[in-house]
Amino acid sequence: MTLTISWFLILAAALFSIGVAGVLIRRNALVMFMSIELMLNSVNLTFVAVSRELGLIEGQVAALFVMVVAAAEVTIGLAIIVAVFRRKASANVDELAELRG
Amino acid sequence: MTDLLWILIALPLTGAFINIVFGKRIGEPLAGWLGFVLVGSAWAIAVVPTLGLLTGSGTPETIYLFSWIPVVGADAAILWDPLSALLTMIVTGVGALIHLYSIGYMHGDERFARFFGYLNLFIASMLILVLASNYAVMFIGWELVGLSSYLLISFWFKKPSAAAAGKKAFIVNRIGDWGFLVALMIIFASFGTFDFGVIFTTAPVVLTTGAATAITLLLFLGATGKSAQIPLYIWLPDAMEGPTPVSALIHAATMVTAGVFMMARSAVLFELAPISGVTIAVIGGATALLAAVIAVTQMDIKKVLAYSTISQLGYMVMGVGVGAYSAGVFHLSTHAFFKALLFLGAGSVIHGMADEQDMRKMGGLRKAMPVTFVTMTVGWLAISGIFPFSGFWSKDEILAATFQRGGPWLILWAVGILAALLTAFYMTRLYVLTFLGKPRWAEGTEPHESPWTMTLPLAVLAVAAVIFGVFNTPARLAFEHFLEPSFALISHAEPLDLPLAAVLALFALVVAIGGIAWSWFRYNRDELPVEEGGFWQRGLNGFAVDDLYGRVIVEPGKKVCEWFADSVDPKGIDGVSHGIAQGVRTAGDGLKTLQSGQVRSYAGGIAIGAVVLILAVLALGGGF
Repeated sequence: MTLTISWFLILAAALFSIGVAGVLIRRNALVMFMSIELMLNSVNLTFVAVSRELGLIEGQVAALFVMVVAAAEVTIGLAIIVAVFRRKASANVDELAELRG
Repeated sequence: MTDLLWILIALPLTGAFINIVFGKRIGEPLAGWLGFVLVGSAWAIAVVPTLGLLTGSGTPETIYLFSWIPVVGADAAILWDPLSALLTMIVTGVGALIHLYSIGYMHGDERFARFFGYLNLFIASMLILVLASNYAVMFIGWELVGLSSYLLISFWFKKPSAAAAGKKAFIVNRIGDWGFLVALMIIFASFGTFDFGVIFTTAPVVLTTGAATAITLLLFLGATGKSAQIPLYIWLPDAMEGPTPVSALIHAATMVTAGVFMMARSAVLFELAPISGVTIAVIGGATALLAAVIAVTQMDIKKVLAYSTISQLGYMVMGVGVGAYSAGVFHLSTHAFFKALLFLGAGSVIHGMADEQDMRKMGGLRKAMPVTFVTMTVGWLAISGIFPFSGFWSKDEILAATFQRGGPWLILWAVGILAALLTAFYMTRLYVLTFLGKPRWAEGTEPHESPWTMTLPLAVLAVAAVIFGVFNTPARLAFEHFLEPSFALISHAEPLDLPLAAVLALFALVVAIGGIAWSWFRYNRDELPVEEGGFWQRGLNGFAVDDLYGRVIVEPGKKVCEWFADSVDPKGIDGVSHGIAQGVRTAGDGLKTLQSGQVRSYAGGIAIGAVVLILAVLALGGGF
């Protein structure tokens, strides 16, 4: 049994679905955040797999970009979560609805 | 030499700029001298090229200045031909004298410099108008003349009547301007250009009689505004609210000549439309007669002259209507001199009488104001048409041209003769009531002669009013030959036989003398005739034409405007904008519930949206 690209894509799809489910279901902001990271990395996996399959370098470049952006996002996102937690002593997103219209 | 002609326009324009912007710092009397010198130098610069045209050493030409709107044939260029040269000389010459006069007349006015700025602007606008080589530039000059007249008529705007008069002049002229503008649109639609040269050479081929009639009638509507003809003459008597030099400038040298000039310039088009010619001649004759009748009844010395101006303009328009363009322009020129003289003389009288304008309170000013008296005598004889003063020659020319057409035109000729009789009558009335007889001054009035800055222009204009007529006697049509290049494209009527011309002239002279004698014996006595009630009262009101316009046009117009202000604006216009605002607010109220603040509901929205999009792409088969 050879390791074809389908394996990687199936794994990526599974990871992505788990991530989506996490974002939709969990209430803890930190966990939602981790779920988003999971989605990002599943996409990275897709990029790299397809890149290797097609022999193109662009996919890997895109993956690097995603990592950089994700790192920046984590920095800011975590800072916000920490700030909110200090204020509310909670990271439950359902309790954060100040911006309701 | 002629390529420097743009300086003509630049000089008064510079004066206007300096006097309006820095006038306060320049102050009296320097601002006045600056304005006078600039306009005077414009005149001096124009003399040599004009002499060139006169002696034949120069030829008519178009001097290209710069490209303005090339696609419509509207370049900034100067058309230098006898007609524009003549008008330039009149505008700058008479204008300069009026500037000089104003230095004395406006002495002590708190907005002295501003006044000269406006005067300069007026001269500049008029020069743009007469020197234009296409209708677009001419229209700019035309509108600028309207603007400057508004500024000058309502110069003493603290007087409500002066402010109203300025507004009236402007608005009434706008009606005429509308006609001019529509005429220009038809011209452009027909020719595809505004350029005089192209239009006048190709007009007989391009225009049908119908189009030519439409264009010329609309142009004439424009002229009835500027040149104060029925039905738009009503602004001119009111314009007497302005300072007297302004009256002289507007009613002698500049504004009112614009309409006649424009029609003379467009002579080729008018030649193509016989119906317009008849209309114009009839309106001109009617205006001449009506204004003369009203002038007979007026008591205010300036009002007499105002209606007299309308009447004389009627003659010029009649001349244009019968196709005697050079005769019309000739009367325009002589009228510019003697009417400027009369207005400035009247101003001198008003000045000396401490702002008294009612002729019933004058009388016997002969001794007190000798220079004004002598020069006014010249003006009086000139406008009455007494041999050999200029008015005799020019008025006769128009009447002769009308007579020559024969048939029903003889009625018009008779109207002209009647108006001439009345002209002699009311001018003698003015003259006698003002200068002769016993003083009827109000208590404490001590009439005095005006300073030399005011009397010198009077003297110069008086000389011009005497001699200018001999340039165009029936025996020696020097003036007509001078103007010939400007009217080269239209056919000329054969000049009248000399004996017949002499008989007609003699008849007109007898009529004028009759009018003078009638008036002389009526007014030159100690007991003035009672002129109240009936005809006199109605005449004094200008036969209620203003009231009629008020009832028929102004009041309904106001009603319509009020209806718009009270109904259409608050309910219609405001309703629409308020309705839109209300709709947006309601929609916002409804939609804001979507923004729950719940992060997970947003995330759900994004997920569902993504799924829908992907399904849609798959369903449509796009790219896969």
